[in-house]
Amino acid sequence: MRRFILRRMGYAALSLLLLSLTIFLFVRLTGDPTVLLVEPGAAKGDVEAMRARLGLDRSLIVQYGSFMADLLRGDLGQSFYYRTPVVELYLSRLPNSLLLAVVAMSFSLIIGIPSGILASVRVNSWWDSAGKLFALLGLSLPSFWTGLLLILFFSVYLGWLPSSGSGTPLHLLMPAFALGWYFAAAHMRLTRSSMLEVLGSEYVKLARLKGLPEALVIAKHAFKNALIPVLTLAGINLVLMVNVAVVVETVFAWPGIGRLLYEGIAFRDFPVVQATVLLGGMMIVVVNLIIDVLYAVIDPRIRYER
Amino acid sequence: MTTLLEVSGLSTHYVAARGTRVTRAVEDVSFSLEAGRTLGIVGESGSGKTTLALTLMRLLPPGARIASGSVRFEGEDIFTKSNSEMRAIRGKRMAMILQDPMASLNPLFTVGDQIAETLRAHEQMPRRGAWTRARDLLAAVRIAVPERRVGEYPHEMSGGMRQRVVGAIAISCEPKLLIADEPTTSLDLTIQAQYLQLLREIQRERDLAMIFITHNLGIVAKMCDDVAVMYAGRLVEFGPVRRIFDAPAHPYTRALIESIPRLGDPTARLTAIDGQPPDPAALPPGCAFHPRCPLVVDRCRVEAPPEVRVAVAHHARCWLASERPT
Amino acid sequence: MSDSRVLPAVQAEVLPLPGRWSGLRTGHLPVLPIAILGILILTAIFANVLAPSDPEVGTLTDRFKPPAWVDGGSRAHLLGTDHVGRDVLSRLIFGARVSIVVGFLAVIVAGAIGTTLGILAGYLGGWVDQVIMRLTDTWLALPALTFAIFLAAILGPSVMNIVIILSAVYWTRYARVIRGEVLSLRERDFVRLAVVAGCSKWTIMRRHILPNVLNSGIVLATLMLGVVIVTEASLSFLGVGVPPPKPAWGLMLADGKKGLMAGYWWLTVLPGLCIVLMVLSANLLGDWLRVKLDPQLRQL
Repeated sequence: MRRFILRRMGYAALSLLLLSLTIFLFVRLTGDPTVLLVEPGAAKGDVEAMRARLGLDRSLIVQYGSFMADLLRGDLGQSFYYRTPVVELYLSRLPNSLLLAVVAMSFSLIIGIPSGILASVRVNSWWDSAGKLFALLGLSLPSFWTGLLLILFFSVYLGWLPSSGSGTPLHLLMPAFALGWYFAAAHMRLTRSSMLEVLGSEYVKLARLKGLPEALVIAKHAFKNALIPVLTLAGINLVLMVNVAVVVETVFAWPGIGRLLYEGIAFRDFPVVQATVLLGGMMIVVVNLIIDVLYAVIDPRIRYER
Repeated sequence: MTTLLEVSGLSTHYVAARGTRVTRAVEDVSFSLEAGRTLGIVGESGSGKTTLALTLMRLLPPGARIASGSVRFEGEDIFTKSNSEMRAIRGKRMAMILQDPMASLNPLFTVGDQIAETLRAHEQMPRRGAWTRARDLLAAVRIAVPERRVGEYPHEMSGGMRQRVVGAIAISCEPKLLIADEPTTSLDLTIQAQYLQLLREIQRERDLAMIFITHNLGIVAKMCDDVAVMYAGRLVEFGPVRRIFDAPAHPYTRALIESIPRLGDPTARLTAIDGQPPDPAALPPGCAFHPRCPLVVDRCRVEAPPEVRVAVAHHARCWLASERPT
Repeated sequence: MSDSRVLPAVQAEVLPLPGRWSGLRTGHLPVLPIAILGILILTAIFANVLAPSDPEVGTLTDRFKPPAWVDGGSRAHLLGTDHVGRDVLSRLIFGARVSIVVGFLAVIVAGAIGTTLGILAGYLGGWVDQVIMRLTDTWLALPALTFAIFLAAILGPSVMNIVIILSAVYWTRYARVIRGEVLSLRERDFVRLAVVAGCSKWTIMRRHILPNVLNSGIVLATLMLGVVIVTEASLSFLGVGVPPPKPAWGLMLADGKKGLMAGYWWLTVLPGLCIVLMVLSANLLGDWLRVKLDPQLRQL
């Protein structure tokens, strides 16, 4: 098990390195990154100062080195608009996105897993068809359009829910639903196919041959095995949700890191954009690593992999 | 000797494409089995052996229909039983071992758990008691250090040991009939013999009747009292092992026996049976074996032969078979 | 009478709409998705002829007019006007052109890059494989939208840039799948025969491997079309996609938001409906193709 963990950590470290390198290189893609990293409309002196700071006359490797050094110190520049260090800004907004993601994820699991199980046990029935329709819509409707429609319906026409901002649980309902529907569909689909696969397996066949009650066969043998891939996906999706909620957060003016990214591009505040993307990517790599390790803990087979 | 299992005129069909395609997986099969005896069911893949076993357990996939016939187990008609009555029989009075032990055991639960759950389901044993029984059962299938093994996961054991665990699960509720579907096919050659030995001992200790499904005639010769030969869903020959091996009445049986390579004779050539087994959904008319039969006559191509009694408890489906003087 | 649940006959899922239209139940051609995509393509090609007004110019006196069938609407603007008086129908029609062009181009370019790299990685193996795979994995870890926004912030908004950005973001999905296919193809006899016969690696990749992965490529391309369209719409919605005043459905949604609280629903519902129709059709077509062309791909 230890070797497995070490190996995964090595891969994660490599990914983080590649990620920072990618971001670094792309920023320098256009040739002169000072355009991006200096406030629009800055005085010539400031531009020169930034150029010197970036050390653009030095070789790329040295530049990358100083970039990494800054990164490790937690310094990713300052926001032009807010005039605070970007990392601080990011961390202050992160909890909001986490809250939204957790609520949306709960919604997606509460809807997704039971309907997936039901659809697999009653294959090709009315339930199955309804579930498939729900899933198809969830996977095809862009989340921000769903959000806009929800606002139209519940805020404008019915006046029940607030259309933007945060603060009360009511503010959470619509954004969480808009964000979560896609994932509910994905989880439902995976649960269904995973259950079907498990229900067709030899050990389920033997469990039935042993004369166990059908409810026990499904609840004990089928469910636990079928759930493994679903939970893995859910874990990966959670951190994904935090990062792809950009448009939903923008539509609902929810103060998370997604909206921060939007502000970054709307106000041409590039340090914010760069930091959000970099930190978001790093978060994903780290969380994926944690999930892989947890997976090894749950599934006894993985522990003994070479 | 009581008749434990009596199968008569059993037919199981798979119906696909809204009734347009019918696969006669098992067709008009009749045989009986006494308590404590071993029956071998032999045939190539697709001959219907597994379907027959699943029919006896009444655990068929969707799309399968029991078209006709009856099965009496311990005097009771299986087909009139409700689902819950059948469940009480499965695992408790009739047990089954499948071919691949790694796939048969749930990888997420310990071996002891999987043995114990049968006990708890059928005999309402409390957890403690079931766990102890599980350990004893592991000892009964000759697994060393059972108290340690009982808490292990399937992937921590070797293939032979897993199959023993499957055996332990099968005998846990003291069934009267054990159906073994190719139990040694996925085991190493050296382990196979040990496992067969184990099955024999268990059978003797518990007076267990066994149905042994296999394509390996060697195993049949060693383990079984009677043998049923299946071809394209039909029972083409049935009789005591000794007699069938010495003087098979059906050409297919004869060909099967002759195709076993014999050690010690370097000049003898390997014989194989010409042709392929037929597609069960599109059987030839008349006798299903006629395209490959070396003794075929015109009648075989047109009419399917009925069961002909060759001797006591020995019958065959062949136009050329007839009663022999004993 | 029999317990018929040991072996479920239905294997892994596919997601059709229940019914004939998706074609999956009956195995026939999926009529509706193909028709919709066909109409969209034709609309894109003949936009100049079909659109009743200029999509980029509007008269301010005609702002926020509702569709013709609602009170206050008129025949002149069948689907209403937006916040600067532009005709919604015309904008939708020209928007189809943008979506189709961007969508198809991005999918094709991403597919070309991804397939090439996937074949190279899968067939050549070794360090080529390692490098490409590490890169793919890393880029896959970054969410597509975030990455796209990042690139858009650097490159600036224009239609060409969007195609470049979308290709750069989505090629990784192809590379992964194609590489997997190539790995198994590599062991097949006809490839081994070619090796034994002395063909060069490049020839083998070109003549034997490539045609065999095209099926997966096509299926993947169709499935990706929907994703790409949504991403483009998202980018336009956020203001880093197609630049105004060019009409793009995503942009229309952004503009539509301005009138949302006042109840001007058609500016939000109609463009979104177009996006959904296109995405749904692409998804259904892709699912049908997946089942038709290669049953192994059901795992996708």
